[in-house]
Amino acid sequence: MPELDQRSPERSAVARLVKDPVSRRKFIAVGGGTGLAALLAACGGGGSSTTMVTDASNPTVEGMKSETEQFGKGDIGILNYALTLEYLETAFYEEVTKSGLFKGEELAVLKKFGSEEAQHVSALHSTVKKLGGTPAPKPKSEFPLESAKAVAELAGTVENLGAAAYLGQAGNIESPEVLAAALSIHSVEARHAATLNTLLGMSITPNGAFGAPADVATVLKSVEPFIVG
Amino acid sequence: MSHKNLSEIDGLVHPELVGVEVVDESGGDISRGDVILKGALAAGAVYGTFMVGPFVRSAFAMGGGTSDVDILNFALTLEYLESTFYEEAKMKVKASGELKSLLSLLASDEKQHVEALEGTIVKLGGKPVAKPTFNFEYSGTSGFLKLAETFENVGVGAYNGAAPGIKSKEVLAAAGSIVQVEARHAAAIALQNGKEPAPEAFDKALEEKEVLKDVEPFIA
Repeated sequence: MPELDQRSPERSAVARLVKDPVSRRKFIAVGGGTGLAALLAACGGGGSSTTMVTDASNPTVEGMKSETEQFGKGDIGILNYALTLEYLETAFYEEVTKSGLFKGEELAVLKKFGSEEAQHVSALHSTVKKLGGTPAPKPKSEFPLESAKAVAELAGTVENLGAAAYLGQAGNIESPEVLAAALSIHSVEARHAATLNTLLGMSITPNGAFGAPADVATVLKSVEPFIVG
Repeated sequence: MSHKNLSEIDGLVHPELVGVEVVDESGGDISRGDVILKGALAAGAVYGTFMVGPFVRSAFAMGGGTSDVDILNFALTLEYLESTFYEEAKMKVKASGELKSLLSLLASDEKQHVEALEGTIVKLGGKPVAKPTFNFEYSGTSGFLKLAETFENVGVGAYNGAAPGIKSKEVLAAAGSIVQVEARHAAAIALQNGKEPAPEAFDKALEEKEVLKDVEPFIA
């Protein structure tokens, strides 16, 4: 709702960051974004065509029964898959905000996003339980925190991947309630992704006018390097 | 589940409400469609809760007798509005630099959404709705950005609200790919306006009538 956005008269930390040429330049210096570009290319879907039904349709719809079977049956499997990703995102932001690599407004943005990911974890965790499932365990993770540049780029990668992962599952969700919940998270991941892309000096819509989905195998392969043990 | 419970949810839902409850109407056998997760998305929402009230409402508000073509035509009307708004703004707003690039991107994306929706409606054997006449009154860059923020956020809420009522998986995937881009637009415009790009952890879904209330003032 538009009125929700009118509440804070001050500029948000992230907006100040975007408008501040000095810190902006630091983010833009991250530039390149080759990792992200390659990753999203791997996710498939150019998204430039107007025949959206065929382009945007999930490759799994007609293929395997369930890509997320390893996480549980049906919607529970999908929710646990999402939960695993949200655990990783939350852990990532926790490590990043503790790393000392970021200060001031940059830190505020990362903390805000991290807190939203933590809310996604809580929501997904309790939903799995309410549906009678066992929530997926929190994976042990480790992220490379060598430089602010690398971390900012990884944040962008992670958020774009997160949005793609939710989009990849939308067509597989059976319950309208679970779908509604997933959609409400999906668009927030997209907002995070666009914000980070802006800070990185990259296109807010790297796949054009239509967001590209990512399948489970692609997503898991991308996050595998960060899971330990 | 019965519609009685949905009207109860109607009564409950308010943007600021924080309350969560699971209603199991199946007498213990919780399965698909038997669980209503009540509550609301709100600022300061309680951790560990699941808040899907507004979109449950929306899903069923549009779900019942509403066909995919109806939903796509509803979306098309919104995309006509956004597309026309940005096309006009390209001539009307004195934008330069980053804002100019953003405006051009927005206009192009929304135009592609219009074309994709029209094409899909025809493909499904439906008839695309006529493009309404719009009347946008604003002044200057700030007036433009304020309206743009409203339209993009309404767009996100509208798609998120309508999508659970979509029957075809392919149409749903397509709607999802559009709403993702609307959300990206909303974030970029919020940044231009000095606002939080992702103010809440969960985007609120809008019901059809809420969407109409927001856009009707601009339809001539």
